Amino acid sequence: MTSTLDRDAPAAPPTRVRRGLAPLPFLAPGMLFLIVFMAIPVGLLAFYTFFRRGRFGGIVFEFTLDNWVKLFEPLYVGVILQSIGLALVVTLLALAIGYPMAYAIAGLSPKWRTVALVAIVLPFWTNFLIRTYAWILLLNNAGWVNQWLQGLGITDEPISMLYTPQAIVVGLLYMYLPLMVLPLYASLQQLDPALREAATNLGATPWRAFRTVTLPLSLPGALTGCIFVFVPAMSNFVIPELIGGGKTIMVGNLVRDQFFEARDWPFGATLALLLTILLVLVILAQSAVSRRLTEGPRRG
Amino acid sequence: MPTTRRIAAAAAGTIALALAATSCSTGGGGDVDPNADISEQTLTVSIWADYYPEDLAEQFEEATGVKTTIVNHTTNEDIVAKLTASADPGIDVAFVSGQYAQALGEQGILAELDKSLIPNEENLYPEALELDYDPGNVYSEPYAWGTTGLCYRPDLTGFEPTSWNDLLNPKPELVGKTTMLSTDRWLAMPALKTMGYSLNTTDDAELEEAKTQLIETKSTLLAYDDTTFYSKLVSGEAAMVEAWDGWCNYGIAEDPSIGFVIPEEGSDLWVDTMTVLESSENKEAAMAFIDFILDPEIQTWVAENILYKVPNQAAMEALDPALIESYPTLGITVDELFEQEVIVDLGDDTVKYVDLNAEVLATN
Repeated sequence: MTSTLDRDAPAAPPTRVRRGLAPLPFLAPGMLFLIVFMAIPVGLLAFYTFFRRGRFGGIVFEFTLDNWVKLFEPLYVGVILQSIGLALVVTLLALAIGYPMAYAIAGLSPKWRTVALVAIVLPFWTNFLIRTYAWILLLNNAGWVNQWLQGLGITDEPISMLYTPQAIVVGLLYMYLPLMVLPLYASLQQLDPALREAATNLGATPWRAFRTVTLPLSLPGALTGCIFVFVPAMSNFVIPELIGGGKTIMVGNLVRDQFFEARDWPFGATLALLLTILLVLVILAQSAVSRRLTEGPRRG
Repeated sequence: MPTTRRIAAAAAGTIALALAATSCSTGGGGDVDPNADISEQTLTVSIWADYYPEDLAEQFEEATGVKTTIVNHTTNEDIVAKLTASADPGIDVAFVSGQYAQALGEQGILAELDKSLIPNEENLYPEALELDYDPGNVYSEPYAWGTTGLCYRPDLTGFEPTSWNDLLNPKPELVGKTTMLSTDRWLAMPALKTMGYSLNTTDDAELEEAKTQLIETKSTLLAYDDTTFYSKLVSGEAAMVEAWDGWCNYGIAEDPSIGFVIPEEGSDLWVDTMTVLESSENKEAAMAFIDFILDPEIQTWVAENILYKVPNQAAMEALDPALIESYPTLGITVDELFEQEVIVDLGDDTVKYVDLNAEVLATN
């Protein structure tokens, strides 16, 4: 089909035609996937937000804006802000821990690099719930860590480490740290060592070479890592429930509860849509910043 | 842009389908014919996982020749969503809690039971025919029942709790050592009962009062826990938890010192029931299945293995006394159960409890 179009449009410059239509067969499967699994579900969500709840869930087709109004109740605004706060803390901690890790891994010999990367990805081979329960076994008041601490005489009383907002941060950090390390590693590893050598040759101290050469060039990777961590951290609901003890809830819990407990699909859809919009905005901001970083400041 | 239009068209198509699916909820699978040959029929039963003998389908098939498939659901909400999402969910028998059977019955989603097909109903306690959510068992037959109370480790509490107040306003040494249920109607129940209100109240002032208490209690809790509270007791993380009696037994199985008490202010009587769908084409086989379950042998299995009380007098009388000694909750008598309040469906006022739960759980 594209070849016919190519032939039928001789007037257009060949390069433009290729850029415009030739990729279509390659894009089609992805486009189709996005339409079926993204555009239609999100469209349905948006549609649901304007109707009333059915008694057993589902939708009653009476138009209403109540769901959007409800979103601005202090209760829900509070949960949304709290989720953003927790996800931000997790992202910053992941960056602080993940950057030195990625930097160190990028400096290893190829053999050890592979070992380190496998070690980072390894936890993903175990089911997420099992890893979460492992934390509970380790950290609870009667858990291993407390038993050791007491056994070694370091503390007399068990230290409460679970079922707090801090525990949620730790759980999320553990879960998503690899998603920060991997893109950072990719961007650090791609850096041409010659750039740093040039800086050093021109008299820069190692710190200055890092600050003016390595750090700016690794920022796009850092930003990608931040998005990879922030987005799932913001919408997670299992960790707040299991490690947070259900006492601190996040937007993900709200969405889940609307569908499974409250049977309020329209409000659940409204919350889910809001979450989607927030995360898309974050990603758009990231790509804008990242474009500016790679293209450099515009020259007048 | 053509793609935008195609997305719009596809979305509209999907929406139309969803509309069609939700708008017609009464399918109607025909009347019950007591003389139908059920061995020609097939049966799909939806029940909670791990809540029935593993070979139940084979047993029933062997007894009746009805080809039977058992599927699982995890919660009432889960199965109700399936049953109400389309005119024919492809399920003949659904296990739901009493208040859901009531609501589904009122909506015309359940078939009236033909008692001539369920002679084993006579095995039930007489009280089990007069439950508030479905008096006379028009739409449902009870499968298992129980109550909610305090499940505790006497060695950790240092005393025998007797009141919901021991949980709601715990002694200083129990702060951070208790858990509460956070689901459905069980979050509000202890507070409502302590204040002397009905657990089915729809009075805004009473609910508000309960909410205030629950938010106060929240800071004293170790966690909200609906699924693993008994293991928190066994590990010693928690000293006292709000628990369904049957689930407390799972803790007792691992630590026999664990105790269970129905608080003096009273509690709930919950019932898990069996219902037949109005949309079912196999109603006779479905009712034969319910009759089969009400056979004392099957329900004795339930009591012995799931450790829940069953409303089947014949089955309960056949229980090994040693089992009741090990699991005292199995010894709670029918009279004691009926001192508790039956949870009924509140119709549109159910939302009040949904909002209460959301507010308590989201408040810091």
